[in-house]
Amino acid sequence: MSTPILQMKNITKTFPGVKALSDVTFSVTPQEIHCLVGENGAGKSTLMKVLSGVHPYGEYTGDIVYEGKPQIFHGIADSEKVGIAIIYQELALVPDMTVYENIFLGHEIRRGITVNLNETIRKSTEMLGKVRLDVNPETLVKDLGVGKQQLVEIAKALSRNVKLLVLDEPTAALNEDDCENLFAILRELKGQGVTCVLISHKLKEVIKIADTVTVLRDGQTICTLDAHKGEVSEAILIKNMVGREINNVYPPHTHTVGTEEILSVKDWNAFDLKAGRPVLKDISFNVRKGEIVGFAGLMGSGRTELARSIFGNPDGYRISGELRVRGRAVHYHHPHDAIEDHVAYATEDRKANGLILIQDVKQNITLANLKEIASRGGIVNDNAEVKAADEYKNALNIKTPSLEQTVSNLSGGNQQKVSVAKWLFVKPDVLILDEPTRGIDVGAKYEIYLIMNRLVAQGMSIIMISSELPEVLGMSDRVYVISSGRITGELPVTEATQEKIMQMATA
Amino acid sequence: MTSRDISKVLRQNIRDYAMYIALIVIMAIFTITTHGLFISSRNIANLLNQSGYIAVLAVGMTLVIVIRHIDLSVGFLSGFLGAIAAIALAYWHMPVYLAIPLVLVLGLGAGLLTATPVAQLGIPSFVASLAGWLIYRGALLLITLKSGTIVIPNAVFNAIGNGYIPDILPANAFLPGVHKLTLLIGLVAIVWMIVSQIRSRKAKQAYKFEVLPADMFVMQLVFLAVVIGLITWVLAGYNGMSWTVVIVLVVVGVYNFVATRTVLGRHIYAIGGNPEAAELSGINVKKLIFVVFGSMGLLCAVAGMLFASRLRSATTTAGTLFELDAIAAAYIGGVSAAGGVGKITGSLVGALVYISLTSGMNLMGTDISFQYVVRGAVLALAVIFDVATRRRSRK
Repeated sequence: MSTPILQMKNITKTFPGVKALSDVTFSVTPQEIHCLVGENGAGKSTLMKVLSGVHPYGEYTGDIVYEGKPQIFHGIADSEKVGIAIIYQELALVPDMTVYENIFLGHEIRRGITVNLNETIRKSTEMLGKVRLDVNPETLVKDLGVGKQQLVEIAKALSRNVKLLVLDEPTAALNEDDCENLFAILRELKGQGVTCVLISHKLKEVIKIADTVTVLRDGQTICTLDAHKGEVSEAILIKNMVGREINNVYPPHTHTVGTEEILSVKDWNAFDLKAGRPVLKDISFNVRKGEIVGFAGLMGSGRTELARSIFGNPDGYRISGELRVRGRAVHYHHPHDAIEDHVAYATEDRKANGLILIQDVKQNITLANLKEIASRGGIVNDNAEVKAADEYKNALNIKTPSLEQTVSNLSGGNQQKVSVAKWLFVKPDVLILDEPTRGIDVGAKYEIYLIMNRLVAQGMSIIMISSELPEVLGMSDRVYVISSGRITGELPVTEATQEKIMQMATA
Repeated sequence: MTSRDISKVLRQNIRDYAMYIALIVIMAIFTITTHGLFISSRNIANLLNQSGYIAVLAVGMTLVIVIRHIDLSVGFLSGFLGAIAAIALAYWHMPVYLAIPLVLVLGLGAGLLTATPVAQLGIPSFVASLAGWLIYRGALLLITLKSGTIVIPNAVFNAIGNGYIPDILPANAFLPGVHKLTLLIGLVAIVWMIVSQIRSRKAKQAYKFEVLPADMFVMQLVFLAVVIGLITWVLAGYNGMSWTVVIVLVVVGVYNFVATRTVLGRHIYAIGGNPEAAELSGINVKKLIFVVFGSMGLLCAVAGMLFASRLRSATTTAGTLFELDAIAAAYIGGVSAAGGVGKITGSLVGALVYISLTSGMNLMGTDISFQYVVRGAVLALAVIFDVATRRRSRK
């Protein structure tokens, strides 16, 4: 084995309240395709951000040794200088600029103070040849498909003499042909001396292309496997990805699930008009009274899209299919309609689109159902508001100095409780919780679980979307698995295992 | 009460108080530099009557900026609507009680028109209202083209910008030279303020909320009572309250009530704080864009008529730069460009600061070129102060 081109030693990175990486070691041999796998939140992206300098030197502990020398990256410019390029899932191209402009963006070939256009185009053509992309360099990037745009990104990296190319989920948005093509090019680049790190959720692809696989779990390196020694198989990868102990972090519960279907969805299809692609395909599922239904799946699999398409469709998808609530067929044209019908949705990202961070606790709790505390003429009764908010604050044990505290000053766990309180205040029959425990500490998680159990005991039905498999298994009565906009499995919790779910989710 | 308590209370409320303090400081400076002329009853009355329209526009603009939009068309829309009122009265011989509602309805319609591309197509309001700015400027020129200035012959209409409320007692009976009804209104306002402050304090105490220490609370009441009393006294010393002041107070009162006490107001501020979260909370964001721009159009009609009435005529240049005055007043009054933050009362104070600067410097005979520089500097300072205090309170 030759000396590694890259060694990341004992990398530890903490965010406020969360240890994202803990003593991670990651080593890449020159001219290999090294896959990095792990569940959502395992630390893959954070590790790559440490490598690229997005999390600069000083914000983490540990060493980066690249080409035999210890490196200190203060920003992306530093890592680019030594030949490291990262291509993110969200492509960083300027859609309204041409292919050649994008390739040399920030590194323009100059002649005096002007751009040397002819040389730029000649070199662009050369780079495009390397990725076997046969387009006119003067085409606008927005006129290319996603697969071709990705190749432009690679060409851009090559124009900067990349030696270590990192691709974050490159195949998530690609069809099979584009995938094959991409892999062929990666192998070719390998032959030309480019080392490649690939982050992927699709295990079948990983097995197909990887020379080496490193598995991360909960911010730790679990193992590094050599494909050429037959160490890599789907079963082994899944076992290592999910092999964590389910310890006793879930409160014991016995949900008494009714027989009545509170919410059911049949042949549900959604087409995203802005992106021009279907996001949900032939989805059917149901939720019974007093039941917690878990929706598992990887990020981007369509779980959030499903919830939002049901909850009044704020994204304006073109929808077909049937939605029944309490047995009645309903059409919600706005979240308002859903709320009026006692269906609530607590969003995945409480900061971005869940709470009004600059407003106080009581205003956030009452926002979605102000008519409850207002006179018929629409005048808010401040005292009734305080009383109502105080009730929920106590019931959910929200720790805040006062109801007039600005929500942005609360901890993540308490913000999440405010978000739950807000949706309980609309008195829902069905509560959709999207990642209810993301980014909050264990104690707060436990409290959220207790609240959920209490709610279903009172007859509410909960749809829980979660990326954390132990949570899905620990809390749900039934589990649906979504992959690429389709339901790929339904399991009673008694039959579900992390391995089974992961297999369905990566199908 | 220790001095530490005072400084704590001051620090917590510094942003609320700063604008009032700034206004008082500015007025004090001008009073000194003009040897008392500035604070004279006559000057204050004139100042308010001349520039009440800025306060009215600033109030509407506050809500527009709160929902993260802007309306540049308000200046020439006001000018245009003022000219319509003039034409209706002078040429169509419309009775004043028909002309005023007509112009108000037109204003509302114009506001809704601006809102349409913004709400339905997502066109930036800067662009949509810039188009309105051009269109209304052209429209104003078009309708005043033939006659130039249109003189308004209607005494009732002209009283809006020049007249004063009648008095209850003859001028020479009891306190000669002082307007008794104005004094009475001021007295009622003080009593009402004290009663409502005490009630809200009691309600807060019932919920065991933190309230100002009792001595601070009394000080605050005394301070506010003195301020209202002084304003009343100054106004009563000339002809009493003008109709313009009445209209501005009604507009501020209604808008402040809607903004702070109603579901509609809550929804507007929620949209400003986080439009996506608001939408997902069941708030119809599109509808409220129409409401806010519609109200802005309505206030343009009010402002346009105030201005036309003040001049007793409509001119070809009426409304020039009103929009920027209103925006500046709103920002000076503490509205945040990031949306979701800004008080109606703050914008009123902002407008008063802005108006006082103009009036005071005019009295001092300051050159107009220098006046612009000063106004610009005050705007910049106000916004810098706002951002700085906001950042500190976040920590």
